[in-house]
Amino acid sequence: MKRYDLIIVGAGPSGLSAAVEAAKRGLKVVVFDENEKPGGQLFKQIHKFFGSKEHKAKIRGFKIGEELLNEANDTGVEVVLNATVIGLYQDKEIVVKIGDEVKHFKGDSIIVATGASENMVTFDGWTLPGVIGAGAAQTMMNLHGIKPGKKILMLGSGNVGLVVSFQLMQCGCEVVALVDAAPRIGGYGVHAAKVARTGVPFYLSHTIVKAEGEECVTGVTIAEVDDKFQFIPGTEKHFDVDTICVAVGLSPMSQLLKMAGCEMEDNPKKGGQVPICDQYGETSIKGIFVAGDVSGIEEASSAMIEGRIAGICASYYLGFIEKEELDKKYEELTNALEGLRQGMFAPKNRGKLIEKTEEGIDVSMNLLEKGYLTDEEVEKYPGVTHAKGIHPVMECSQNIPCNPCQDACPKHCIKIGKNITALPAVDESVECVGCGMCVASCSGQAIFLINENFEPGYATVTLPYEMLPLPKKGDKGMGLSRSGKEICEAEVVEVRTSPAFDHTNLLTIKVPADMVMKARFYKGKEQ
Amino acid sequence: MSEVNDRSRDIGPFVPAEDDDMIICRCEEITKGEIRKAVHEGMYTLNEVRRFLRTGMGLCQGQTCGKLVKSIIARELKVSPAEIEPATSRAPMRPIEMKIFAKEAKEVE
Repeated sequence: MKRYDLIIVGAGPSGLSAAVEAAKRGLKVVVFDENEKPGGQLFKQIHKFFGSKEHKAKIRGFKIGEELLNEANDTGVEVVLNATVIGLYQDKEIVVKIGDEVKHFKGDSIIVATGASENMVTFDGWTLPGVIGAGAAQTMMNLHGIKPGKKILMLGSGNVGLVVSFQLMQCGCEVVALVDAAPRIGGYGVHAAKVARTGVPFYLSHTIVKAEGEECVTGVTIAEVDDKFQFIPGTEKHFDVDTICVAVGLSPMSQLLKMAGCEMEDNPKKGGQVPICDQYGETSIKGIFVAGDVSGIEEASSAMIEGRIAGICASYYLGFIEKEELDKKYEELTNALEGLRQGMFAPKNRGKLIEKTEEGIDVSMNLLEKGYLTDEEVEKYPGVTHAKGIHPVMECSQNIPCNPCQDACPKHCIKIGKNITALPAVDESVECVGCGMCVASCSGQAIFLINENFEPGYATVTLPYEMLPLPKKGDKGMGLSRSGKEICEAEVVEVRTSPAFDHTNLLTIKVPADMVMKARFYKGKEQ
Repeated sequence: MSEVNDRSRDIGPFVPAEDDDMIICRCEEITKGEIRKAVHEGMYTLNEVRRFLRTGMGLCQGQTCGKLVKSIIARELKVSPAEIEPATSRAPMRPIEMKIFAKEAKEVE
């Protein structure tokens, strides 16, 4: 039986991060993954991540995945793909199916980083072909280049539902509606806003009554639900769709740990069955650690930090490092992790309705219920100011741990400060040069450059644009409001692309002066 | 034994519902009605329902329906799903062909 210092199950963000940290410290590490490609969910994430520099904010998920893979290669981590771990036994013996054989390995320590699986909901017709998980949609689009459908209804308004809806539109699908049984949007307001401004209607307090079709999905009926989640008769709405995407949460894939005999708990806050573990991610069995979604549903940025912690703790457990190094690295990484677990969407605030921002400003209920800020609400936030000439408008209204905009401005006219969850504010004493770095750096696509005095009677709005085909200078179309309604004629006066913008194009449109605080998206005429 | 598993507790009679013919475990084609009936026939845990009906014993190994079956049992027993004992986890963790399962690799050290 082959022996390793550390065996890691799962080559996703946490597993690979753990492998890198352990291998750097001299451990002989192997990572098994049942998929044909490493990286877990990272390679499906084509959007820019939130956080600060240390969390790799404003870098797209798949780029982070590539960096992590290179790091793993450089540190000599052995990654075995198409390797399904089928059992974890006493004394850390692991049985793996590789090819058409079953192999046994022994690890002196083990890190389980198996991630999570998607939840399902049932409704009439839920087993019809065409009802798919949002993760499946992402796999089809972003890994295999296949369009999941033409007309799609998304169920679930958490970050997964919102992000995948946007990606579906980027891949050329029409998203007819975003539906959630909850009365308020679960994900980030900025993610909702970028979907809403393209014209996708949000139906909160609604859920699916029925998927229609004989052989496959041809339509869907939704209806409003009351506060006990019972359908309200007479509120039914029908949509012609060929695909229904379900994004109703994730469950930890913790069966391997249960099998190994780790103490488990059913913790709804963590998404289901999770191992009971200490601050270092060590389970009730000494030498078996966990990291990432398997120990409680969060997201990739925190999974990577948890992975690093687990890798370092396994190194200490086996005596590869001294207590001093463990303590130092542990403190550094938990601080980074704490940074991500702040703000309105922190795990501790899950399910709570927060009515005021840290700054004492009312949280927009319209944003939570319809997906966009009203024209009046938007003026209340510190990122929204009026000035002569070109200047940024930051429609960032929720306290989330994210600050790339602050570093993006070469003139330092955007201030967030030490508190990473603070809303960005404009320093009006500094002159904006209109470079657009802030627009491209905002992972939430919530920053616009506006010029209220472009020419008599007209103003310009520079907006982040990640759709294809890219409009050209001189194109004429319509300006869309925050809710996606056509509100004015708009002409493209400039299109900027640059490696520094990392595929976020900057589209500058000319609109009537009174529309400058209303127009937030552009739709070409031919569409 | 937890209170949830107390079979002398009265959970009321089985009442047919409109959506009883909805498939819950798609791998083994088991309906909501069958699961609800099983609870009233005395299957109070996921393991019992699994052995009785084969829910979660198909290709996906309960990855899709596990949570759904759990919530149906919980509702029938009028308790929170968190109180339902989870099903046993055992090898093989993933479906595997018998010929592979039985083919241990020769040691090469």
